[in-house]
Amino acid sequence: MDLDLTKEFQKVIDGLTENFSEKVLNVYQSTGDTFVLVNPTAIVEICTYLKEEQNFIYLADVFGADNFTAENRFEVIYNMASLKDQIRLFVKVQLEENEPTVASVTGVWKSANWYEREVYDMFGITFTDHPDMRRIYMPEDYEYFPCAKSFLFLVFRAPLNCQIQPLTSNRYESRYYK
Amino acid sequence: MSQDIINKVTPTFFKEHQESIYQALEDKHTTIEDIEDADPLNTKMILNMGPQHPATHGVLRLILQLNGEVIEKTKVDVGYLHRGVEKIAENKTYQEFMPYTDRMDYLAPYSNNVALCTAVEKIAQVEVPERAHYIRMIGCELARISSHLLWLGTMVMDAGAVSFFIWTFREREKLYDIFDNFGGHRFTISHSRIGGVANDLTEDCMAMIKDFVSDFPDELDGWHGLLDRNRIFIDRNEDVGVLKTEDALELGATGPTLRASGYAYDMRKVSPYARYDQVDFEVPTRLEGDNLARYYVRMEEMQESIRIINQCLDKLPKGPVRTDNAKQAYPSKDEVYYSMEGMIHDFMMTDTGICPPEGAESYHAVEGPKGELGYYIKSDGTGHPWRLKINSPSFHNLQLLERILDGEMVADTVVIIGGVDPVMGEADK
Repeated sequence: MDLDLTKEFQKVIDGLTENFSEKVLNVYQSTGDTFVLVNPTAIVEICTYLKEEQNFIYLADVFGADNFTAENRFEVIYNMASLKDQIRLFVKVQLEENEPTVASVTGVWKSANWYEREVYDMFGITFTDHPDMRRIYMPEDYEYFPCAKSFLFLVFRAPLNCQIQPLTSNRYESRYYK
Repeated sequence: MSQDIINKVTPTFFKEHQESIYQALEDKHTTIEDIEDADPLNTKMILNMGPQHPATHGVLRLILQLNGEVIEKTKVDVGYLHRGVEKIAENKTYQEFMPYTDRMDYLAPYSNNVALCTAVEKIAQVEVPERAHYIRMIGCELARISSHLLWLGTMVMDAGAVSFFIWTFREREKLYDIFDNFGGHRFTISHSRIGGVANDLTEDCMAMIKDFVSDFPDELDGWHGLLDRNRIFIDRNEDVGVLKTEDALELGATGPTLRASGYAYDMRKVSPYARYDQVDFEVPTRLEGDNLARYYVRMEEMQESIRIINQCLDKLPKGPVRTDNAKQAYPSKDEVYYSMEGMIHDFMMTDTGICPPEGAESYHAVEGPKGELGYYIKSDGTGHPWRLKINSPSFHNLQLLERILDGEMVADTVVIIGGVDPVMGEADK
């Protein structure tokens, strides 16, 4: 793992590995951005540490991703910025396919409220201890999670409880003239 | 009490959705002193504003609990313009997806094009010629002025001065004409390309831009003269919708709304893209955090934009406007029409597109007129993004409304929405 970190980043990564040696699973860089993969059970304490000790007071975004693999299918990525050091860090957790759940960081940054609702709406990842866990874009009556890879593009979807009527030989008769 | 709100309203569409949003309003914690159950004068009511309210800047829906004329608590319902562009992006090549970004923040399409192109260039490591950078900066700043002009017109109209809207639109009309000459479209111009821009500026277009930047500051001074000391305008905006610095950072405010609350955070300064590190400009910032501060910040931003355009026009280097590597960008039309290789490359770019390395992830943000506009891209090595996430500033700023509307007067609602300046095409994606 060869990392090319600036002084500010080195301080953050050192702080993380010292305090959470068990819970930080991986640190890697991709096209200039630094990603930290952490254990989902520790997300709240790591975020609290990053906000209070490392000045990441601005949460720019929280978003999900679907790897479509058998293990660690879903990802939630926290995009946070340190205004003091002018750096940006991406903290990532990986979740299992069945009932993906992670603790909410609304207690750390209030702005996470809508971002986590969006992740829930698009991927079905639920956030525990979230004050207002509703869908945000799609109506509450909607039964799918459209950004998951299992939701195919350009396929007509009937509601799950829709009764599909069998086609009769004379459909005009059955549909309009009864 | 808990079933009280739901009993008062009888939803007719999306029953479950409606009930859940009223329940969320009921459950919302509020710091305002509550007149408890006793309400003999019947001063409490639930007001449903939108989604088709003319002053809400698109299909934004607000559910307000009023006590007389005071808003006790608010819930914002978004998603009426949700088109799923992130899902669409996964099924298109990067260049095919670019025109969709025009329809996100449709008041400043150029910024959106540049945001996507710079993000793709970062992940695929494409070099952009110097001249293209400067042309992009000119386009972005013109788009910023165009967006702020619409904000100014509608916000002042929301505050009561209707004729103002027509004056700002006269200036926007000039910008549309410039963009028509710039890239061939008045509105959704899609002029930026991965690896550069579509075409060079014509002499005619340069003359129009020069005319505009020499005339526009006088217009701006006239508007300052009309509004800065206008008693009605100041009374409507001062101390309305106040957002303190700590709250703004905590709630994720971005763009002019954050800068009006006292924190000078601008992606053009924090992580300069294009050639913003080569030009000289200020980041207008105010401390008050009210609607008047947002007005001043945006007005000064327009002045700074003019400064940037002037410097770009002076510095504009000569040279190509798109990278010459046919594996990374479309070849020019001359090559496509008159050489076999050009045509093959054109076909390959359309069919497969540009392929970033497998497993690469990147995030790149630009400063759009509304705030930080970022694209996260994760590639699986093909020409289609595996995941493309758009970090849209209007979505962030709309979340603020649930905080800053609480405790305000109902008549100020539209002014505050105007001051925050959301665009629903971008917020709903």
